[in-house]
Amino acid sequence: MDFDFTDEQNMVRDGISRLIREQYDFDTRRGVIASDSGWRPELWAQLAELGMLAAPFSEEDGGFGGATEAMIIMEEFGKGLAVEPFIPSVVCAGGALKHGGSSAQREEYIGGIISGEMVFAFAYAEPRGRYDLANLETTAKADGGDYVINGHKAVVIGAPWATHFVVTARTSGGQTDKDGVSVFVVAKDAQGVSTRDYATVDGRRASEVYFENVKVSGDALIGDADNGLPLIEKVVDEATAAVCAEAVGAMKVTNETTLDYSRQRKQFGTPIGSFQVLQHRMADMLMEYEQSVSMCYLATIKLDEDDATRKKNVSAAKVRIGQAARFIGQSAIQTHGGMGMTDELAVGSYFKRLSIIEGEFGSVDHHMRRHIALTAG
Amino acid sequence: MNLEFSEEEKAFRAEVREFIENNYPQDIGTRGVQDEMSREDLLAWHKILGKKGWSTPAWPTEYGGTGWTPTQRYIWGEENARKNTVMPLPFGVSMVGPVIYTFGNEEQKAEHLPGIRSGDVWWCQGYSEPGAGSDLASLKTTAVRDGDDYILNGQKTWTTLAQHADWGFFLCRTDPDAPKPQMGISFILVDMKTPGIEVRPIKLIDGGHEVNEVWLTDVRVPATNLIGEENKGWTYAKFLLAHERSGIAGVARSKRGVEQLKEIAAGEMLDGKPLIEDMGFATKISQLEIDLSALEITELRTLAGEQAGKGPGPESSLLKVKGTEIQQRLTELTLEAVGHYGTPDFRSFPDDGSNDFPIGPDYAHHAAPTYFNMRKTSIYGGSNEIQRNIITKMILGL
Ligand SMILES: Cc1cc2nc3c(=O)[nH]c(=O)nc-3n(C[C@H](O)[C@H](O)[C@H](O)COP(=O)(O)OP(=O)(O)OC[C@H]3O[C@@H](n4cnc5c(N)ncnc54)[C@H](O)[C@@H]3O)c2cc1C
Ligand SMILES: Cc1cc2nc3c(=O)[nH]c(=O)nc-3n(C[C@H](O)[C@H](O)[C@H](O)COP(=O)(O)OP(=O)(O)OC[C@H]3O[C@@H](n4cnc5c(N)ncnc54)[C@H](O)[C@@H]3O)c2cc1C
Repeated sequence: MDFDFTDEQNMVRDGISRLIREQYDFDTRRGVIASDSGWRPELWAQLAELGMLAAPFSEEDGGFGGATEAMIIMEEFGKGLAVEPFIPSVVCAGGALKHGGSSAQREEYIGGIISGEMVFAFAYAEPRGRYDLANLETTAKADGGDYVINGHKAVVIGAPWATHFVVTARTSGGQTDKDGVSVFVVAKDAQGVSTRDYATVDGRRASEVYFENVKVSGDALIGDADNGLPLIEKVVDEATAAVCAEAVGAMKVTNETTLDYSRQRKQFGTPIGSFQVLQHRMADMLMEYEQSVSMCYLATIKLDEDDATRKKNVSAAKVRIGQAARFIGQSAIQTHGGMGMTDELAVGSYFKRLSIIEGEFGSVDHHMRRHIALTAG
Repeated sequence: MNLEFSEEEKAFRAEVREFIENNYPQDIGTRGVQDEMSREDLLAWHKILGKKGWSTPAWPTEYGGTGWTPTQRYIWGEENARKNTVMPLPFGVSMVGPVIYTFGNEEQKAEHLPGIRSGDVWWCQGYSEPGAGSDLASLKTTAVRDGDDYILNGQKTWTTLAQHADWGFFLCRTDPDAPKPQMGISFILVDMKTPGIEVRPIKLIDGGHEVNEVWLTDVRVPATNLIGEENKGWTYAKFLLAHERSGIAGVARSKRGVEQLKEIAAGEMLDGKPLIEDMGFATKISQLEIDLSALEITELRTLAGEQAGKGPGPESSLLKVKGTEIQQRLTELTLEAVGHYGTPDFRSFPDDGSNDFPIGPDYAHHAAPTYFNMRKTSIYGGSNEIQRNIITKMILGL
């Protein structure tokens, strides 16, 4: 049994945590999300320089780690509510390339991700697909050695900042068939790609991405044609584990902030933290957090096991953490009273991010269903 | 025991429904999706009701009430919820109005009640302060007598829609040396245009502007604006809070919310079937409906008690807690139901003055902000913790 991190992993944590603490205080974040671009490219460059964008990749791809490193980084992102696209670019697109890409693709694109020169977004969800990764109306029709992509991807996080997309599309079969799914790299400036950009309620940026007769060459295909679903499922599980880590980081700060507030805020001549009902609620918040940390570790540790084990544990983690995110977020607002409802206090932003994380890469219900399917008989 | 409405009550429902159908202004709130509701929007229905004599149904008939029974008022609420009407704000009709006709003098009644009934005068509630929320009695804003005036100094906060208000009712400390903090407080009516009043917006987490800070610097108010007796304001404030709570269960609005949720869940697809047919989600909707029925019957029992002459007592705390919990769960389920399209921030789209959301289904765009905003319901009007404390003390006797 060993829950310790290696020296190298501790260095990753120290590095990212210092950077976020020093450069991502709450007022800075407020300025960033209100700015035109909505993110900090200069921070992204710094992350690249520090090697953080290489952290989840193997040495042969120019990196030095894996899922644990991604977890450590996302936990710190969660503490600072950083909006930069680590999950879309590094975990999702990077994941698709490292598990499915040819050596040429890995060299070009993973190299670009690690150096920060390329920023990817992961265009997988569709307006009517809900959380079903195989439910695709987007098509990629073979055309000689090329493919022609048509379709509409929904709420693509980080797309306004992206230079490239990893896109899922149907190359054969019916709309929800498990076979017939393929994965492509598409440059954002490719002919026929257009976006509609907007902010999200939790302070990030996203786009609707439209593909209209977008022609890509055969080299744009990641992995095998028609057999992309297992790859996508693996990538989404890794992203789910990463967003669980982000939630854990955000919960930690939310709990600390709430505890601090309950010590300072006085009503009836005494700190509100002296009321037993609030004490017990904060004890529950702590327990929810600790269970979440455990489930986040579990999901991360199991990512490299066989598909069924990986899915079962990732779903278990997302269920538990989704529930904890709701309980902790709501409890924090309630304990702050009217102040919790204001845009001015950070706690509201943590609540909003935690609320959206609940549904990211699958809601509690979705993962509960998947868990049932994998465990019932 | 009989849960059926009587023939008269059914006839009353039909009359009410027809009136709403024929008179509710269709264009309220149909401008761009980013707009806050304007003062005109918020008052339009009130003004129509004022002319009809239906804006203050619960008041005694001598002050312009309708003489409706509590059940008729309940039906009235239900029919309005069916059409999702913008109802008269509670601050005038349900709060300060009853205080004025119960404790005010004849001049005050003549001056203020007509404007409340007609919807011409907008009231706001100046109770809470930065240091006095749940512990309202610790409030610090002072009113010092100076000849025929009071001079007010202090800061109020969370004042809902004070940006539109003509008048406010304020709790102020008139005797700092009173033996108990509750004893030195007075209830004073303040013209919001009086020099020395500054209203500053507070932005909430959903991006909206519905509450304000109100700063009072040497605000000179005629002493004739005092309600009842000096230093007896706490009594009037408590009377008013009981009135505030009785409307807060929101059963009829929640019923409508459940219908909307079901429509959304019928349209969203999951594994090729409507979401509403998913056992997990259907269970949650049913649970909500069951809890809502329990609340509805509990409210009707309370109403029956009122009809028999028992005033709103601590049961209103129960209605508030259960009602707000249901309202909040409704918003949680709606956000769950809409899936990915709960995430975009509709305020980030350029306002082209239309009510169409440029992406995703229309019902999705308010799901997250509404969920965020409705967290307020377990905080305001006496937080749900405070309501439970009241139940503990007043009903359980602990
Ligand atoms: C099956 C069983 C096996 C046991 N085995 C052993 C044993 O082997 N050896 C042994 O020594 N004892 C044993 N106990 C006793 C056990 O430790 C006591 O029952 C326990 O400490 C609670 O005390 P009590 O029953 O007097 O309840 P009380 O202390 O009277 O408590 C009653 C209720 O009040 C609550 N309460 C009390 N104080 C507070 C507070 N400050 N804040 C909030 N809530 C409070 C309690 O949580 C409880 O809900 C056993 C009990 C059971 C039921
Ligand atoms: C959207 C909104 C609109 C409002 N509109 C108005 C308005 O128009 N006019 C007006 O005067 N006020 C208004 N309020 C203020 C509202 O009444 C207060 O926010 C409320 O009374 C809680 O006070 P507080 O915010 O200071 O929280 P606090 O009193 O600081 O409470 C913080 C937390 O501690 C808990 N707590 C406090 N005391 C106890 C206790 N004894 N036991 C257990 N738990 C306790 C609370 O329940 C809460 O969870 C509004 C508030 C909001 C959010």
